[in-house]
Amino acid sequence: MSGAFTKSTARNIYFGGSVFFFLLFVALTFDTTRTMPERDHRENLSDKVVLGKSVWEENNCVGCHTILGEGAYFAPELGNVYSRFGNSTEAIKAFIASRPAEGIRGRRSMPQFNLSEEALDAVAEFLKWTSEMDTANWPPNIQG
Amino acid sequence: MKYQSQAVAKPYFYAAIGLFVAQVLFGLIMGLQYVIGDFLFPEIPFNVARMVHTNLLIVWLLFGFMGASYFLVPEESETELFSPLLGYVLFWVFLVAGALTIVGYLAVPYATLAELTGNDLLPTMGREFLEQPTITKIGIVIVALGFLFNIGMTVLKGRKTVISVVLITGLVGLAVFFLFSFYNPSNLALDKYYWWWVVHLWVEGVWELILGAILAFVLIKVTGVDREVIEKWLYVIIAMALITGIIGTGHHYYWIGTPTYWQWWGSIFSAMEPLPFFAMTVFAFNMINRRRRDHPNKVAVLWAQGTAVMSFLGAGVWGFLHTLAPVNYYTHGTQITAAHGHMAFYGAYAMIVMTIISYAMPILRGREAASNRNQVVEMWGFWLMTVSMVFITLFLTAAGVLQVWMQRYGGSEPFMVVQEKIALFYWMRELAGVIFLIGLICYVAAYFLPERDLDVDVVAEAG
Repeated sequence: MSGAFTKSTARNIYFGGSVFFFLLFVALTFDTTRTMPERDHRENLSDKVVLGKSVWEENNCVGCHTILGEGAYFAPELGNVYSRFGNSTEAIKAFIASRPAEGIRGRRSMPQFNLSEEALDAVAEFLKWTSEMDTANWPPNIQG
Repeated sequence: MKYQSQAVAKPYFYAAIGLFVAQVLFGLIMGLQYVIGDFLFPEIPFNVARMVHTNLLIVWLLFGFMGASYFLVPEESETELFSPLLGYVLFWVFLVAGALTIVGYLAVPYATLAELTGNDLLPTMGREFLEQPTITKIGIVIVALGFLFNIGMTVLKGRKTVISVVLITGLVGLAVFFLFSFYNPSNLALDKYYWWWVVHLWVEGVWELILGAILAFVLIKVTGVDREVIEKWLYVIIAMALITGIIGTGHHYYWIGTPTYWQWWGSIFSAMEPLPFFAMTVFAFNMINRRRRDHPNKVAVLWAQGTAVMSFLGAGVWGFLHTLAPVNYYTHGTQITAAHGHMAFYGAYAMIVMTIISYAMPILRGREAASNRNQVVEMWGFWLMTVSMVFITLFLTAAGVLQVWMQRYGGSEPFMVVQEKIALFYWMRELAGVIFLIGLICYVAAYFLPERDLDVDVVAEAG
């Protein structure tokens, strides 16, 4: 790293390169946000789904589970739990509602969140909505 | 130390180390919960322990970055810090806000914390790494602005070096991209898209500028190599980091409802993300080989070499391992991700903070280097932590490969069935974690054992 390759050459590559690629990133982001409605089926974002996302967030579900692969790896993937539970929001609600408050001896157990019927309904709808997103066929199979 | 106001760094470094210890303790709790599922349940459920573990990591690294800035910017700028008082005030604000947040996580259910802090007014909580109540996030922004003002004014009134300018660019980037944590659309796909603008553009973007700047500073000091050479390397490294890392964000956009062209953009650019880390390794070893002096602080040199190697392995190699879209299709969201996360954060960011602390702390205490005995104890800390982190990563990688095989590739067994089959690797990971803690105890002890000088030179040199 000597001779013709000077510090100012290196600096110019840094400035030029990062500005160029940041602008490219912004351009790709622009295109992505323009075409995303085709995949994220946002037209189905009902009030219930929106409420469900806040129930999801305010109980820190992502602290144990992944959703579309992101989150913690302690508990099953929930991006496709709606399909895994036989396309049934009722099954999801029943599972969440029936968690024992004191856990299960020696095993991982989901806390009992004491969700209201409305909150249960909403979070199940949110998970249903998520499972219907076009995620390029991810996860690879029903187990998530 | 050359400038009195560099002393502002000291409480930041102590806080960083203290929070690091707490982070590791919570890591051990979680590791045990992986194999004894009801450990501490329902008092500290896994999600709470994890939130504490990851948030403490972020907070102690931020303390480390701020301490590093308060230490190196006056020296680079050849002037006293603009306002030491502001530095101390912000220290206490950040520490108290951080502590209250952690207490909040542990004392009340998360939903209650959300309610108490008015999350419904501006919902930002409940997303990975951004679990802090909105009010804490606002506090972080205020602290960051005050900090940037203080550092920026110092740079402006003094000598402007490449190192201080790169450092401050990284810090400004850190603050700017954090603002995306306030954007939380109801559409999960969009939420995820911009969530990565905080998380990825931090750790695979602007934080690399901070890392490079701190490493360059320490290398100038411990090797005595000409600043021109080191600055040129720094530019090359950060150029590669941003050129590959910005579009490399695309490796998070494969499966979240985004266009499939990201599988190409993300794979190609993130496949090149190891390059800046490799350059950093070459850089560190090259500079140390060409050193013009033998600095008495040998353990600081060890940390500098360590962070260069381990960031390449953790961020570079383990990142590459699962970054190509066809591979990531199977590994996404498994223990492979956890393996990469551990070694990358330790190698790149925990170790660079320990590098600067190792270099600066003796100076802040009026010596050029710690006594030989204390340096040896710290080296024990270095090796125990680093080697056990390698094993933590290997065990999690083994767990991840088996998980992918049984759950997704070779078979389709349910998640919990697979988790039980790979429990042996979680036990071994926990054991490695205990060794890590022993290393950490050595590391902390090195700073609190009384200095025992056998070689008189060190004291004489420090004058």
